[in-house]
Amino acid sequence: MREQSMVPEPEFESYYGRQIIKTPTWKTPDVPLYLFLGGMAGSSAVMAECAALTGNESLERMTRLVAAGGAAVGTGFLVHDLGRPERFLNMLRVLKVTSPLSVGSFILAPFSSLAAASAASQLTGRLPVLGRLAGLGAAVFGPPLVTYTAALLANTAVPAWHEAHRELPFVFAGSGATAASGMAMVLIPAAANPPARRFAIAGAALELTAAELLRRRLGMLAEPYEQGRSGRLMKLASRMTAASAVVSWVGRRSRVVSALCGATYVAASAITRFGVFEAGLASARDPKYVVIPQRERLAARAAAGPAPDVDHAPEEQPTASS
Amino acid sequence: MTATPEAPRAGGIHPNSFHGPLPDVAADAGYVDHPPRKGFFTDTSVCIGCKACEVACKEWNEVPADGYQLSGMSYDNTQALGAATWRHVAFVEKPLNPTTTDLGLPGMGPPGFEGYESGVQTAKPRPEDQATESGDGSIRWLMSSDVCKHCTHAACLDVCPTGSLFRTEFGTVVVQQDICNGCGYCVPACPYGVIDLSEDDHKAHKCTLCYDRLKEDQTPACAQACPTESIQFGDLDELRERADARVAELHEKGVDVARLYGHDPGDGVGGDGAFFLLLDEPEVYGLPPDPVVTTRDIASIWKHVGAAAATLAGLAAVSFLGGKRS
Amino acid sequence: MAEAHPVGFQWVMEAKRRGARVIHVDPRFTRTSAVADLHVPIRAGTDIAFLGGLVNHVLSNDLDFREYVVAYTNAAAIIDGDYRDTEDLDGLFSGYDPETGRYDPDTWQYQHPDDEDGDGHRGDDGGDGEDQGSYGGPGSSEHSSQESHDSAHSESHGSGGAPVPHKPKRDETLQDPNCVFQILKRHFARYTPEMVKEVCGIEPEQFAEVADAMTSNSGRERTSALCYAVGWTHHSVGAQMIRTASILQTLLGNMGRPGGGILALRGHASIQGSTDIPTLFNILPGYLRMPNAEMHLDLDSYLQPDEGKAGFWGDMRKYMVSLLKAYWGDAATPENEFCFDYLPRITGDHSTYNTVLGQIEGRSKGYFLVGENPAVGSANGKMQRLGMANLDWLVVRDLQMIESATFWKDGPEIETGELVTEDIGTEVFFLPAATHVEKAGSFTQTQRLLQWRDKAVDPPEDCRSELQFYFELGNRIREKLRDSTDERDRPLLDLTWDYPVDTEGDPDGQAVLREINGTGPDGEALSAYTQLEADGSTSCGCWIYCGVYADDVNQARRRKPHWEQDWVAQEWGWAWPANRRQLYNRASAAPDGSPWSERKRYITWDADQGKWVGPDVPDFIVDRAPDHVPEEGAEGPDAIGGQDAFIMQTDGKAWLFSPNGVADGPLPSHYEPPESPVHNPLYGQQNNPSRRTLDHPVNPINPSYSEVFPFVFTTYRLTEHHTAGGMSRTLPYLTELQPEPFCEVSPRLARMRGLTHGEWVTIATARSAIEARVLVTDRLRSLRLGTQVVEQVGLPYHWGRNGITQGDSPNDLVNVTMDPNVFIQDKVGTCDIRPGRRPRGPALTAYVEDYRRRAGVDTETGSPGTPPRREGLTT
Repeated sequence: MREQSMVPEPEFESYYGRQIIKTPTWKTPDVPLYLFLGGMAGSSAVMAECAALTGNESLERMTRLVAAGGAAVGTGFLVHDLGRPERFLNMLRVLKVTSPLSVGSFILAPFSSLAAASAASQLTGRLPVLGRLAGLGAAVFGPPLVTYTAALLANTAVPAWHEAHRELPFVFAGSGATAASGMAMVLIPAAANPPARRFAIAGAALELTAAELLRRRLGMLAEPYEQGRSGRLMKLASRMTAASAVVSWVGRRSRVVSALCGATYVAASAITRFGVFEAGLASARDPKYVVIPQRERLAARAAAGPAPDVDHAPEEQPTASS
Repeated sequence: MTATPEAPRAGGIHPNSFHGPLPDVAADAGYVDHPPRKGFFTDTSVCIGCKACEVACKEWNEVPADGYQLSGMSYDNTQALGAATWRHVAFVEKPLNPTTTDLGLPGMGPPGFEGYESGVQTAKPRPEDQATESGDGSIRWLMSSDVCKHCTHAACLDVCPTGSLFRTEFGTVVVQQDICNGCGYCVPACPYGVIDLSEDDHKAHKCTLCYDRLKEDQTPACAQACPTESIQFGDLDELRERADARVAELHEKGVDVARLYGHDPGDGVGGDGAFFLLLDEPEVYGLPPDPVVTTRDIASIWKHVGAAAATLAGLAAVSFLGGKRS
Repeated sequence: MAEAHPVGFQWVMEAKRRGARVIHVDPRFTRTSAVADLHVPIRAGTDIAFLGGLVNHVLSNDLDFREYVVAYTNAAAIIDGDYRDTEDLDGLFSGYDPETGRYDPDTWQYQHPDDEDGDGHRGDDGGDGEDQGSYGGPGSSEHSSQESHDSAHSESHGSGGAPVPHKPKRDETLQDPNCVFQILKRHFARYTPEMVKEVCGIEPEQFAEVADAMTSNSGRERTSALCYAVGWTHHSVGAQMIRTASILQTLLGNMGRPGGGILALRGHASIQGSTDIPTLFNILPGYLRMPNAEMHLDLDSYLQPDEGKAGFWGDMRKYMVSLLKAYWGDAATPENEFCFDYLPRITGDHSTYNTVLGQIEGRSKGYFLVGENPAVGSANGKMQRLGMANLDWLVVRDLQMIESATFWKDGPEIETGELVTEDIGTEVFFLPAATHVEKAGSFTQTQRLLQWRDKAVDPPEDCRSELQFYFELGNRIREKLRDSTDERDRPLLDLTWDYPVDTEGDPDGQAVLREINGTGPDGEALSAYTQLEADGSTSCGCWIYCGVYADDVNQARRRKPHWEQDWVAQEWGWAWPANRRQLYNRASAAPDGSPWSERKRYITWDADQGKWVGPDVPDFIVDRAPDHVPEEGAEGPDAIGGQDAFIMQTDGKAWLFSPNGVADGPLPSHYEPPESPVHNPLYGQQNNPSRRTLDHPVNPINPSYSEVFPFVFTTYRLTEHHTAGGMSRTLPYLTELQPEPFCEVSPRLARMRGLTHGEWVTIATARSAIEARVLVTDRLRSLRLGTQVVEQVGLPYHWGRNGITQGDSPNDLVNVTMDPNVFIQDKVGTCDIRPGRRPRGPALTAYVEDYRRRAGVDTETGSPGTPPRREGLTT
């Protein structure tokens, strides 16, 4: 049956232990990789613009390529994840603010095009002004690309995702930053990457702080982020990120160390997304994550005072059932 | 009656368009003249578990059979709603003095069992349970036909990025199979766990409240087939009145466990188009105790997304201060 | 009822909504129990004890509806002084012949009214045909009674009672020690609540609840109804179970009254119709008996026992002649006794199980299986298949390739090697059949209601309706015999065999229905069986159906919704006889013709109009006053007095005590099922002494109270599947609802045998062993009988080896022991149950043989040896 937990759980009833909500049908590794790639690409575009403004040409070039490449590959995974990939353009039939996937399509599409244009311009040397404008456009769409995916996950009934909707965008933002910077640290000579290193450390701090806040606030729903396979992935990723932050500062003079830290950042960012994804699936599969928090919510409402009587049912009480 | 989704909305967007009581859901979706909202009232106190609803639904909608597996979950081998099951009858056996801890693990020796062995008289059933007295104990065998709730605020519809899921003029929620691209977003969005992707065609499928039959002024197949009128179909307002009366009737008979579920426009999904009379807590039937449409929090979600995006940009800017190279 | 008749069950739910109390008595807690007010778990096969307990409760506490009982029943009748009850003979009635296992009802007869000295001897009963006052004909002689029961003559009482030679001497005060009422009291005194607990496992508190509920809800103001199906019929004491119920309902005054009565739930595939227009060996349409080769040499001797008897049964000549005219039309004339000689005769027991034995022994060569799957649906599946393997030819007509059509290549005996495909000489013909939506016709089901179905679609490809098959078969045989001069072929050649057919050759069902309804001298459709004549001017295929085509309108096709009619709803379908919805409704009025109460007003006497009136067709001569006294020597319907409510009985009364017509006793007595873990607590006589056994190595019986087979098993049904599964296990939508064969056991039994919920188990009897998954559930109760706890294994019987879901057939476990009245098998037996799957191939036979050996089953004869009679009585 269910795993033994350390603390005796409140009793609850369920239908033969079956899950109540459906497990997301999104495929792994497609979707976690898309989250990772989108985060890396979007942050990369921002870095590219900052690099351009500060005259850091090698950094600018690299980050533009990473932004375009990441977006392209990520889009590929996204389309592949669809049940009917040939119908992917149907995403652009409507724009609905209630659907992060709809909004996201209208972020990803412009971003991909603009990033590709600016990267092409960069590579061929043609149309530099337009290329630069495209790059600016990509940088505007970049941060939304990084963080909207948190909305994608949070705007569902999946308990571990939905309840985390405040912190998750910040986790993704930080993780995107570390991924983009990490990539830069791997691919760029050490002299050109202090901004990358600094950005990575800032991102790491942001990500780890947000994740810690998430775990504290979520109560029981933090379990999937701490236990089981998803918990192990999260812990691994956060340790890798933290270690990279420290080591990258200490060993900032060494190209090799920087590169290693960069690679670790990139891997950790990917693992974070897998961890978050798995945590959601785990919270969907066990009915306790739906029933217990909802019962607590009902109890809290009941304690707060009787609602206007719109029905004849007796007051809902959380039950320790037989 | 004309049903024109493209017609201009009357009077702008309703403040409760995303969450909260919404009296005219079809108007909110853009219909100008539309029939009264249709729905189901499923009175599980008269369900006899015959599953005619499951079969009638599959026959009419040509839904494929989806699995020949003995579940061991009492007489429920259908197990859950899904892409190929749009009506699902749940069975829960609740003996008063169970001689098992649960159906999966017999022989755990609980009180009733020992009492029986030693000939000690076990407790009498309480009338308010609507348990059936049986031998020296009693058993409640709950049966309930579950279905898509056709929520007033339907998360599946809200998150659908292609516009495939739409609100019909009857206030129901339907998937347009020629548009759905199987993105699967609706699947985890549903707080009831109704909609799912088909393994065969990888698109989303769920109960249509027999939209084709409604257009011909007919009753949905399940309601038509139900022999005891457990599944009642009609105008939602009228069904809600009928349900109130039925609960009052049961309470008067001493069946205190009877309660309505999904009837309240003030609940987390704005009330269901298909609501129920249950004889136990919702989670006993596999239903969420307090479902909330995820869209309730969409504003907060976007706010945090925006703030995080801004933070990202800000951190980037700060990181690049201090010159080109150092 | 909710399991097997969910659509009909909506009316029970409707009644419940209006305040009715629903009590469900069943070995298992079913979907009916879930919505009932009270569920009474009962040991399978012990209903006589339970109902007998209720009868005793009524009699001991004077809770009977006395006025009703005195006026309308034979409670006051005085029985022969030589009658001995089971109380006197430790479980036997007087007249038992241990050699033959049959009863002579000589000592069960009414005392003659002229019998002054009360010695019980009446006048002449030697069969010399001398008139006895108003009732002609002889009493039943020893010879004829045995013969008649051998040929299941009892079944011919499906629409009217057995004849008695004379009305009885009566004691209206009900005090005479030999009167029925006192006999009843003595007989049922043993059925105390404690005895009910000991036999049935029903707690005294619960029994009291049921007793109080029934008695407080019966009488002038209220009525209670009993509904039953194969839980009462599939027993070696089945007929007597229903008898006990009818005694109870008669004592409570529930018969013939609205909301009362006993409703046989005959729902599937026109099963009521299958006895009305029978497919049975022992009866003709309308429950006329099949002529016997030795007893009925001519029409007069055939009619003699019933002719002239009081009541409408006395008009039997009219019904029989009209039937013969329907069969042979112009060839049937008064000179040739209307071709009475053309009718085939029976010589004894040609029932299905005996016929199967005949197949095994090579006496029966051919077989038509039409919509029947005995390999799965009949008791002792192996016996069925061995029989079919020994035929010359077998014709199977069905919708699907059923197990009875494929036994020769994939039956269980092929797997074990007991049969080898190459050695089976049976030539099997499979003819695809049309479904019930692909042909027009009527179903006759519960409440004797005929409902006509129109054809909705054409049958696909080669599928044909039964009408078309038989009509065509008859055509071809008649064609072959066209030039024959053999007298033996005249019956076939002289048949009226001319139905209009459509372009596909399908006969018009309505034409057949019209023929069944009957026509008058000018060929006009008749309206009532009272129009039938004995002179050959009328023709009628089934006298009780006369009126279904009245006014040349298919009355069975009427579909006026109930919300457009009164509560009797006479314009939905057509009920036999005469569209009468409540039988014996004369009893719904007091002897003086006034209603028993306003609340239960139904049929009443309107003195002004001089007739009986009410919302239903009166089951009485419509203008016969309540105070009418028949003249001396009156015959047939003329002999019905104003208070003879039960007009199909020769004495016009409901029989609490049955002098005639029931093979195993004038009163019911509890006996244990043929296989039982329990000693009969009532008497030393363990089993029904006149049960029909089939002693043959293929039908070994488990010894009773054996350690080797310690558990009770019974078969039953699920809503999701239909009978032997041919119509449900082959369809995906139904199969997925109950996709695998399973059995149900109590948690205690699971613990005893180490059974795990959802896993495989093997169940064994002396006949065979099967495997199934097990559901461990509290819905099967462990029953405490005194100090003994009885466990029951419940088996939905729908499975066979063909179809989408496949499994062993539970009927392979069931033995053939039959009720002596109607030769129906007992579905209760004993078994063992063990975890794990069963052995395969020849290992299975070895496994079963091992069980037999350990249990001491005599494999030569199949007999378990007689269980020892217990000396003395213990209560």
